[in-house]
Amino acid sequence: MDDHTDTMTGYTATVTVRLKQGVLDPEAQTTQRALERLGFELDALRSADRFELDLDAESAESAAERAEEMAERLLANPTIHDYEVAVESRE
Amino acid sequence: MTVAIVQFGGSNCDRDAEQALSHLGIDAELVWHEDGLPDDASGVVLPGGFSYGDYLRAGAIAANSPIVGEVREAAEAGTPVLGVCNGAQIGSESRLTPGAFTTNASARFQCEHVHVRVENADTPWTQAYDEGAVLELPIAHGEGRFEITDDRMAALNDEDRVLFRYCDADGTVSDEANPNGSTENVAGVAGERENVAVLMPHPERASLPDVAPTDGQGILHGFEN
Repeated sequence: MDDHTDTMTGYTATVTVRLKQGVLDPEAQTTQRALERLGFELDALRSADRFELDLDAESAESAAERAEEMAERLLANPTIHDYEVAVESRE
Repeated sequence: MTVAIVQFGGSNCDRDAEQALSHLGIDAELVWHEDGLPDDASGVVLPGGFSYGDYLRAGAIAANSPIVGEVREAAEAGTPVLGVCNGAQIGSESRLTPGAFTTNASARFQCEHVHVRVENADTPWTQAYDEGAVLELPIAHGEGRFEITDDRMAALNDEDRVLFRYCDADGTVSDEANPNGSTENVAGVAGERENVAVLMPHPERASLPDVAPTDGQGILHGFEN
């Protein structure tokens, strides 16, 4: 492993998981109603889960690939979710 | 020949299942998930509860535990596997069964008796009933809304894999009789092979004469067929 350390860079991959368009979101509806009870006016509210993954990879592409696999395997449920991955290098 | 009831941290219908199966004369034992599936397991119950505190999504963490890989192998070899409530969520999250069970349309945890109609009486889990029979079963869940894409729902219908739909006491399937907003009132489905089935209602809580009704007994008899 040590031989590879030099070529590895630290990245933060941000995975955002949200319900597919058209899938009912009772939690978001409830939250919207609560905001409206507080006197706020809004047309719609959508919520999403955001996961920040710190990992070492050889490239940003490789970091993104691993994050996508994590989303496919666990973080998202492809039946009801879409997800997106954004990668930034980490200090 | 013993049915293994898989316990995860947070399972809470495991002993109900054991009692119900014992009452029906079906040998059953509780199996802690880390101990693995016994080689001689004649069936598997994925029981209800709140495995891993419903972290991430109900059933998602348990679905990726090593024992579920063993359950998958057993299922492929023809061993009967029944997922109830959280076990149904584990079944769909592990893709043993189709679709997803997510937040009730009401956004509430619902604990009540419902009626379901037997849609396909030609499976081990339903052959004790006639097609169209109406069963009274309890539900207790916050994430029981069956979601699936339109084309996969059509395929499930074509393949006769919907086992139960929510209905009223007369057997009419309607929006009013749908407790959680499930797509096409689906309450229970079979996997690719009919020896695997999941449902959100609790047959094990409707199998002891002391706790009427006992309409769930026929589903548990699936372990004997």
